[in-house]
Amino acid sequence: MSATKQDVRSRDTLGASALRPDGVAKVTGAFSFSSDMWAENMLWGATLRSPHPYARIISIDTTPALLISGVSAVLTAQDVPGKATYGLISADQPVFASEYVRYMGEPVAIVAADHPETCRRALEAIIVNYEVLTPVVDPELAMLSSTELIHPDGNLIRHQHIVHGDPNAASDITVEGNYTIGMQDQAFLGLEAAMAFPDSGGNGVELHIATQWLHEDRGQIAACLALPEENVRLVLGGVGGAFGAREDISLQVHCCLLALRTGKPIKMQYSREESFFGHVHRHPAKIWMKHHATKDGKIVKIESRMVFDGGAYTSTSPAVLINGITHTQGPYQCDNAIVDGYAVRTNNPPCGAMRGFGVVQACFAHESQMDLLAAACGLSPVDVRLKNAMRTGDKLITGQTVESVAPVERCIRETDAIPMPEPMSQKANVLEFPGGSGRTADRHNIIRGVGWGVSIKNLMYSEGFDDYATARCTLSDGVASLKFATSEVGQGFVTLAPQIARSVLGIDEVVLETSDTQIGSAGSTSASRQTWMSGGAVDGACRLVRERLFEHVGKLHNIDPIRLMVENTDIIDTVGTFRISVSDATQGITISETFEHHHRKTEDLDENGQGNCHVAFAFVAHRAVVDVDVELGLVKVVQIATAQDVGRVLNPLSAIGQLEGGIAQGLGLAVMEEIIMDNGRVKNPSFTDYLLPTALDAPRVVAIMIEEPEPQAPLGAKGIGEPPCISVTPAIVAAIRSATGKALLRVPVRPQDICL
Amino acid sequence: MTVAIPLTISEALDALSSNPDARLIQGGTDMMVEINFNHLKPHNIIALRRIKELRTWTKNTDGSITIGAGVPYQEMETGELKQLVPALAEAARTVGSPQIRAAGTLGGNLGTCSPAGDGLPVLFAVDAVVHLQSNEVSRQLSIHDFMLGVKRNARNANEIITAVTIPVLNGWQGYTKVGVRNAMVISVASACLAVDKPTKSVRIALGAVGPTIIRCRDAESWLTQQFDLSTSTKIELDLAKEFGRRVALESKPIDDHRSTAEYRRHAVSVLAQRLITRAYPS
Ligand SMILES: Cc1cc2nc3c(=O)[nH]c(=O)nc-3n(C[C@H](O)[C@H](O)[C@H](O)COP(=O)(O)OP(=O)(O)OC[C@H]3O[C@@H](n4cnc5c(N)ncnc54)[C@H](O)[C@@H]3O)c2cc1C
Repeated sequence: MSATKQDVRSRDTLGASALRPDGVAKVTGAFSFSSDMWAENMLWGATLRSPHPYARIISIDTTPALLISGVSAVLTAQDVPGKATYGLISADQPVFASEYVRYMGEPVAIVAADHPETCRRALEAIIVNYEVLTPVVDPELAMLSSTELIHPDGNLIRHQHIVHGDPNAASDITVEGNYTIGMQDQAFLGLEAAMAFPDSGGNGVELHIATQWLHEDRGQIAACLALPEENVRLVLGGVGGAFGAREDISLQVHCCLLALRTGKPIKMQYSREESFFGHVHRHPAKIWMKHHATKDGKIVKIESRMVFDGGAYTSTSPAVLINGITHTQGPYQCDNAIVDGYAVRTNNPPCGAMRGFGVVQACFAHESQMDLLAAACGLSPVDVRLKNAMRTGDKLITGQTVESVAPVERCIRETDAIPMPEPMSQKANVLEFPGGSGRTADRHNIIRGVGWGVSIKNLMYSEGFDDYATARCTLSDGVASLKFATSEVGQGFVTLAPQIARSVLGIDEVVLETSDTQIGSAGSTSASRQTWMSGGAVDGACRLVRERLFEHVGKLHNIDPIRLMVENTDIIDTVGTFRISVSDATQGITISETFEHHHRKTEDLDENGQGNCHVAFAFVAHRAVVDVDVELGLVKVVQIATAQDVGRVLNPLSAIGQLEGGIAQGLGLAVMEEIIMDNGRVKNPSFTDYLLPTALDAPRVVAIMIEEPEPQAPLGAKGIGEPPCISVTPAIVAAIRSATGKALLRVPVRPQDICL
Repeated sequence: MTVAIPLTISEALDALSSNPDARLIQGGTDMMVEINFNHLKPHNIIALRRIKELRTWTKNTDGSITIGAGVPYQEMETGELKQLVPALAEAARTVGSPQIRAAGTLGGNLGTCSPAGDGLPVLFAVDAVVHLQSNEVSRQLSIHDFMLGVKRNARNANEIITAVTIPVLNGWQGYTKVGVRNAMVISVASACLAVDKPTKSVRIALGAVGPTIIRCRDAESWLTQQFDLSTSTKIELDLAKEFGRRVALESKPIDDHRSTAEYRRHAVSVLAQRLITRAYPS
């Protein structure tokens, strides 16, 4: 056992289950998360937030707070030297609310003090006079022209229409449904935290921050601080998960403002409760969908209307919406479609990026529809999906041709071939029953159900965005050092990047330099893109270095460099007998190269929603087996079988981790995870009531990775982070439907939805 | 802030009488959460963890057992305590996670007195007696008189809960709890049922469906008349269902963000039906 591990570890190249370099530190508690940072003379920062979903600010009196001993600064909107607002797509979110607060928890003021408790007292001492207004919380109502505008930019964040093929195409069968998706939270375990160090002159700042995209943060921060970008330096702090919730600015600008104002290092960190108010969530959505099909189950046309509740500010709503509506058809052929999507502003918490990014919502609807279609034409869930399965070369409803490898049929067939779990045995442990440790069910109360979900997910950013990635490789004395600004949020790029360098360069030792803004952008760790994009950049930089090394060796040994190649840890002459270890060949020299990887260009959608807006696609199938206590409405997911289109497996251990983790997150949305809103108020901002799956909820995962290398991808590997969490949700709900016969049009499915 | 670390109950009582506003802490699994949420800012703390007397349990001559207020749930889940009070073992197993069960105690559950506390329905079902001690007097209070409302109890500020006495019954008993997750979840509705064959009695207590734990005395006495509880015969499905229906009538659930009143009422009827069926299986 240990011997094989040794063997594998001795050459952790691409394809090996290399272990995380930070794995042991994380497991033993030695890893430094951004909340663990500390500095001499530092002050603590804290945020005063609105208790109201919607109110006019009449006055703010900060003097009582400033009188408290230990308080160094109290800042409000008037203290922002630069741009008053920020935002990823549209800068409509204030650094501090000034005239209006538009959601519960919106920042109004910040303080710096010598101790968190002093901060808390200072926040309590700030007097804010509000005129409380009636919040607008229903997106349908919010977008009516008769409804007051809750923001100068209007209540409709984006509308996009898609019409494709013949909108009047006729069919034999129609099925339709109205679906609701609740508000899920990313619930990363490492809370928001940062530490800002002011430059001595006060005209620059260094921010250590847990984020998904250092350069994007920097641009937004610099604008608000009215500093040139080069005076704002960001360094990646230890990140404990992200899932989209670290794409937007949270405490970044606040922390820097306090550091610049006080001239001292500032530490800010959110509590779990504050975190629920401090970052965007997954969009709740309402989706109407109607499928028109031939009587033997071939889709003719799809109509849909999707309404995404964007909450108070834009965040990434326009992009989430486009992802949702452009994935209406799912991984199926569809020649005709009419779709309208609306992202709407309300006084609910702002919503933005979360793993799956709009496709999760669309997928719950289209997969529920596929089962209705199967039932309407007497097909099995598997057959209806096989009959319509998309292939490479098919056109999407945006008119875009799917050029990616598209093994949809294989995903379904290989998932279908995975053996079903054994029936519940007489000796089964009650802890494994629905209800778990609550011991609610007896064997005869339990009914088993099976359900399917299949999905398509775009990879990388869309609509003309050039989200390139940069990396530098420096090779010297047999050691490669890699520099990039890529955020490691848990996905494993710190494991993968050295694997790439080892494979390309034939070295074993790889050093990772600090991830910061001292090199070009890496783009965001989101959209399943870093293996492809930053992986492509590292691969490109290493290849450039290797070319130069071959030139160097060729010159020295009089061999045409074109004849040289790397074999394990040696450079060999492919036509002669010359061989030298890379380590020997690089003694005393230093070769350094930087590479930017760009994906192919994409386009905006036109007014009919037509255009090549996406880069590439990945596919996956999920089959869920659930046990349901029908009388109490409790669920245990027994097994998830899945076959995922991954292109190429670069690290099997990392890959299965993504699949299992994504499945748990999709399970959460299916049966328990929801931010519960009551007229603009969050009712459950804690882990007591926002429930995440535990070990007793997590299913057995049986996974197959389908390896058909993607020609567009630099390493042949597709992004694998998002697909696991997308179609598993509808698969689980379909399985509950099959056990109960209930329609279940909303997620999460609650006990009362099943049994009342 | 001061922290007293007494080694005996009397030292703790001394500390309490000299600091009447002091907060007692046992496992801290409720109190530390309150402090973290800023709902509580104690100036003086008396830490009870080192008091051995609170961490032991004994068998009394009348057959009952007395469990110290500081005995962690972990000890109730297995071993002799499980055999003597199986319902308490099942309730203990549903509490939080292994870490919480290693620290959390009945003393703390009683101190907090949440209607969702998992230890409490068991204490209500078996008619447990709570031992309270102050520097002046010690008294014993029926659990029914101890819990007064949501997070309200009859403990005086100068008293420490030292133990609970639990009669050992002769008959089946069990605890069951509905939550929206399969472990580590706060109760949406729960029920404890205990049978005492010699006295031909059945007791059922409900959690999280009213301001206090609710004993369903009407349903209990109705069942006593319908069914010979001293036998080991199977209870018919219709009778069990009707028992569940009557139990639910005595619940007083509310709508909140965890669930609905309607679901909770439905759930306790199902739980009662299942518990009585477990007590009298075929
Ligand atoms: C993650 C988590 C999960 C949980 N899950 C559950 C669950 O599933 N079910 C459940 O019922 N509870 C649960 N709880 C709550 C808690 O664990 C229980 O209520 C436990 O019984 C409290 O015991 P403790 O010893 O830790 O109490 P402490 O926190 O020490 O004290 C609680 C209260 O009781 C008072 N007190 C403690 N001892 C005495 C005494 N001897 N005399 C007088 N007053 C005293 C304290 O002053 C305080 O007010 C959970 C808590 C957490 C943090």
